[in-house]
Amino acid sequence: MGGKLFRNFSFLSATISFFILIGIFSILFLYAQDAISEFGIDFLFSDEWEVDEDDEDLGVFGGLIPIVGTMLSTLIAMVIATPIAMGIAIFLTEIAHKSLIKPVSIAIELLAAIPSIIYGMWGLFYFAPVVQSTFGGNGVGLLTAGIVLAIMIIPFMSAITRDAMNSVPDVLKESAYAMGATKFEVIKDVVMPYAKGGIIGSIILALGRALGETMAVAFLIGSVMSLPQKVTDPTTSIPVLLANNFAEAQGLEMSSMYYLALILFVVSFIIISIAKFLFLRKEVK
Amino acid sequence: MNRLLLNKIILVLSTLSAILGIGFLFWILITLTYKGLSAINLDIFTHDLVNGGIRNLLIGQFTMALIASALAVPIGMFAGIWLREYSNNSKLAFVIRNLSDIMMSAPSIVIGVFVFAIFVDPFGSYNGFAGIIALTIMMIPIIINTTDNMLALVPKELREAGIALGGSKHKIILQIVIKAAKVGITTGVLLSFARIIGETAPLLFTSANNQFFTMDLTGQFPSLTVSIYNLATYPDEQSRQLAWGASFVLTVIVLAINLAGRYLTRHKK
Repeated sequence: MGGKLFRNFSFLSATISFFILIGIFSILFLYAQDAISEFGIDFLFSDEWEVDEDDEDLGVFGGLIPIVGTMLSTLIAMVIATPIAMGIAIFLTEIAHKSLIKPVSIAIELLAAIPSIIYGMWGLFYFAPVVQSTFGGNGVGLLTAGIVLAIMIIPFMSAITRDAMNSVPDVLKESAYAMGATKFEVIKDVVMPYAKGGIIGSIILALGRALGETMAVAFLIGSVMSLPQKVTDPTTSIPVLLANNFAEAQGLEMSSMYYLALILFVVSFIIISIAKFLFLRKEVK
Repeated sequence: MNRLLLNKIILVLSTLSAILGIGFLFWILITLTYKGLSAINLDIFTHDLVNGGIRNLLIGQFTMALIASALAVPIGMFAGIWLREYSNNSKLAFVIRNLSDIMMSAPSIVIGVFVFAIFVDPFGSYNGFAGIIALTIMMIPIIINTTDNMLALVPKELREAGIALGGSKHKIILQIVIKAAKVGITTGVLLSFARIIGETAPLLFTSANNQFFTMDLTGQFPSLTVSIYNLATYPDEQSRQLAWGASFVLTVIVLAINLAGRYLTRHKK
């Protein structure tokens, strides 16, 4: 009796992620319907974002600027974060003395635990001036957002990469060492090929993170509706536009915001699925 | 190039990466402590935002995160139990496990937009419940994942011993399996609580913010993180000061909960 109830309730709970996911898709699609039927696929390639002067419910909207901003800030973050995260993972698995592994791991994991709004604030007041004096511009912009985004995803990426590298059997590495290989050769020819799936998976997952990151970027990207000409120029991204303007929008502009949210959600969904299904397949124990 | 030299270069670069990572952690923590401590005094803990303090914000943030946990922990645990103990690793379990992993990485701002559409728009005003729902949605997949992984670590023999004693399946799960996985699950709950208490994006247009102390979840609800975002962008020095103080308090809370969670499982691995 109680057993059956327990089992059914467990099953019901298990299906909840499925329903939430379907719910998010359908609600976003439903609310974006006006913008989708008005602008269609051209929405992705238009850089206009203009509310009609006579009727606040109307206007011309295109997502190009926030889409480009999202892609470029993520690209900068990935270019900076990937080598550093690999370096940290190599340090933790192959170089660090036993007594160092734990404190360094904890420090890196704490870096991952700091809320993104703290990164944003710190970035705005302490890091933006550094970027400004080094690269010019006015402090906030694509480059600053990209670098701070990189700092945010490094711990995440290095943790998964480290786990993948740790899964390489010692005996494989030892055979390579016995053949006279240097540490780097062991890493390059034994560890990397063996842990490839996990490493690529971690990079793609981090990419998904960077795409959807809101608060840190909101402080740092400048929140300006214009296409960047230089890497230090301010622009905006999908999450930032939503964070700053979603609540005040109405009519067609609101619908366009839902459209952007839908695009972001679908893209993250695809990216995370690729990482999960192609590279990080969970072994069923 | 000389292979020994190349080896040295790579090893040095890797070590530098680790130093760089730790360097950033300290840079952030030191500036935060320096700015935060100078902004913190007893007054900000006894006054609400409207009077230049963070009392109502702390209470509001904890209230939402705690209620969200009260919803997400049982749901997530039951789901994890189904995945590990009842599903027999069926196709459906495979799909559900992966969908909830995907949900775990879904952009939090999109969850905010979704909750706005179903819990704010229809009622015409921001409300605390909407904030709680958004945080719950964020937390459930993390709890599912933790429970699933921790139950997987419980040896099969324990379950078999339970069966041999004639225990029914749900009794075995509740009295043996969950007990054996208790520490790991508790750590997971603490870590996910630390994650949602620092969330801002899902609250921006669900519970929004409130300058005054309130426990009324049907209206705008005070939030520490949303306030930090607002305060930091005000031009006046006093607001910024308060933002630093609030950031420091938030970071101390988040890191303390994190370390506590890790301390629990210190003997493992």
